[in-house]
Amino acid sequence: MPKAEAVQLKRAWTTSDPLVSVRGLKTWFPVASGVLQRTTAHVHAVDGVDLDIKKGETLGLVGESGCGKSTLGRTIIRLLDPTAGTIQFKGEDITHQRGAALRAHRRDMAMIFQDPYASLDPRQTVGDIVGEPLDIHRLASGPARRERIRDLLDVVGLNPGFVDRYPHEFSGGQRQRIGIARALAVDPTFIVCDEPISALDVSIQAQIINLLEKLQSKFDLTYLFIAHDLSVVKHISNRVAVMYLGKIMEIAPGQQLYRRPRHPYTGSLLSAIPIPDPLIERARERMILQGDVASPVNPPSGCRFRTRCPRAQPHCAEEEPPLEGFGAEHLAACFYPLD
Amino acid sequence: MAAPLLELHDLKTQFFTPEGVVKAVDGVSLELHAGETLGIVGESGSGKSVTALSVMRLQRPGKIVGGEVRFKGRDLTKLSEVEMREIRGQEIAMIFQDPMTSLNPVFRTGWQVGEPVRLHQGWDKARALGVAVSMLNRVGIPAPEKRARDYPHQFSGGMRQRAMIAMGLTTTPKVLIADEPTTALDVTIQAQILDLLRQVNREFGTATILITHNLGVVAGMCERVMVMYAGRIVESGPTVDVFAHPKHPYTWSLLRSIPRLDEERHEPLKPIEGLPPDLINLPSGCAFHPRCSFKMERCSRDVPTLTRVGDTQLAACWVTQSGVELKGA
Repeated sequence: MPKAEAVQLKRAWTTSDPLVSVRGLKTWFPVASGVLQRTTAHVHAVDGVDLDIKKGETLGLVGESGCGKSTLGRTIIRLLDPTAGTIQFKGEDITHQRGAALRAHRRDMAMIFQDPYASLDPRQTVGDIVGEPLDIHRLASGPARRERIRDLLDVVGLNPGFVDRYPHEFSGGQRQRIGIARALAVDPTFIVCDEPISALDVSIQAQIINLLEKLQSKFDLTYLFIAHDLSVVKHISNRVAVMYLGKIMEIAPGQQLYRRPRHPYTGSLLSAIPIPDPLIERARERMILQGDVASPVNPPSGCRFRTRCPRAQPHCAEEEPPLEGFGAEHLAACFYPLD
Repeated sequence: MAAPLLELHDLKTQFFTPEGVVKAVDGVSLELHAGETLGIVGESGSGKSVTALSVMRLQRPGKIVGGEVRFKGRDLTKLSEVEMREIRGQEIAMIFQDPMTSLNPVFRTGWQVGEPVRLHQGWDKARALGVAVSMLNRVGIPAPEKRARDYPHQFSGGMRQRAMIAMGLTTTPKVLIADEPTTALDVTIQAQILDLLRQVNREFGTATILITHNLGVVAGMCERVMVMYAGRIVESGPTVDVFAHPKHPYTWSLLRSIPRLDEERHEPLKPIEGLPPDLINLPSGCAFHPRCSFKMERCSRDVPTLTRVGDTQLAACWVTQSGVELKGA
């Protein structure tokens, strides 16, 4: 281990250090085939990701289905085991933690899921759903537990009197509020929001986005906000990372990413997103990508995006472009970036 | 102006459930002219899909309880099932949201794409397959002869939607109804499919009804737009005017509530408060009034009718009909 790095690991974590720091992270899933169901290949869902998440920020993570964004989020909070690489949380290596040590960290992390219909147990009351993390981590019991649950419901904008109701009595937006209350129960520092609004009606989405922003400033939360909708991600995030086939292609502050994307994939993603203004839409020049996303079982050699990239050169197949700096806080992995 | 190709007059479709009657479509009137693209926007439960299904007479278990659907001078609601089948395949085609479930998994894709011409035009297998292959080619499926022999599961989501569009076009219909055609697809694939629909509209002159919840998609695709809420049209007009000066508070608030890619500064979104209405127990008067920040006393009492507001738009709103302009903080 190089000396500088060793020193850094020994120093105590401070709030100016990244809250989450991921290096060379890989999460692969085995593909079994044949009569004996032998592992014959791997889905390279996350395939070498370096990422820092600062305390108090919202890092947006966008990409199309199958790009590995949810797997990355789940691996970071150790819901999935990484195949390779390291995950540091508050300066501590949690990559291989188990048992009590991992549970202690889990008290600091939470997750909000996409589907408010599938992520709540229909046989549990709202009080039991929100109270479960309190029981698991032995954070409160008896009257204090009940009081805490009522407070949590109140803070997410639900009537505290709803504690004894069941999920089916609520609308999609209200269920997502229950899911948020459950995530807040452990009083976490870090929350992974995995497509928290994509299952909701348009008129309800803004309510949930505003709630998440309010809670962030109130409880000093750090978010990893995963979504496929770049307009939403840009709105809520300080920085945005764009993922394609298991790799980060570009990462930059949202406004900068929108004004001056450097990776051709980001450029085409931005141009594909419709803007609700007919005059702008008619004047826009589109960069429509050809073809479909390549298979994550056998990602293309060199740059993974090259099979769909309008700027690809022979060199792109031979070597993988590293994430390089394009000014402050702006990184992109491309040999032939956009101007 | 020439007579409209398709005309809905006061269409009403209801579902009779144990909990009560759901007025899914509650008096919808619209005109679709040859070659144009009309957008219908609304949230889930607004009645936009049931309107389209009623045109195709596929609204079951719902029942069309009133109104007319006039196509080429005939009222489709009065046709027999046999006559309707002729209209469905040949004159009006429909593509659905989920290309995964709307193709039959046990038949080869080319066979399915050629089905409309086999059934409706009596073409033999070889000729139908020929048109299927050329249509797959036109919607941008590479190696169409080979892909026609593949089964739907061998296609990606975007390719399946292309195959659905190809199937709809084999009989060169006059009207194409696309019900959330890109909702299940990724944005880069969505851009491909929307581009294809624009091309189809241009090259075949197919009049298109595009049903979506995505205001951005409407902005880029449609000359005219209708906004639905709780089974009724609350606003309609040229897309440019509706987006620039919405005349119904629902449209107005919806446009302000969505984050835009091109927003310059971070400002909190302005959500529409409250919940979408319960379709069995609709609010009295205007169904939107409990969530409306402009409501007047009359709004909870009388149901507003769709009336001209401004030069080009229609709105079902007592507030704007009385001359009030929609402005916010």
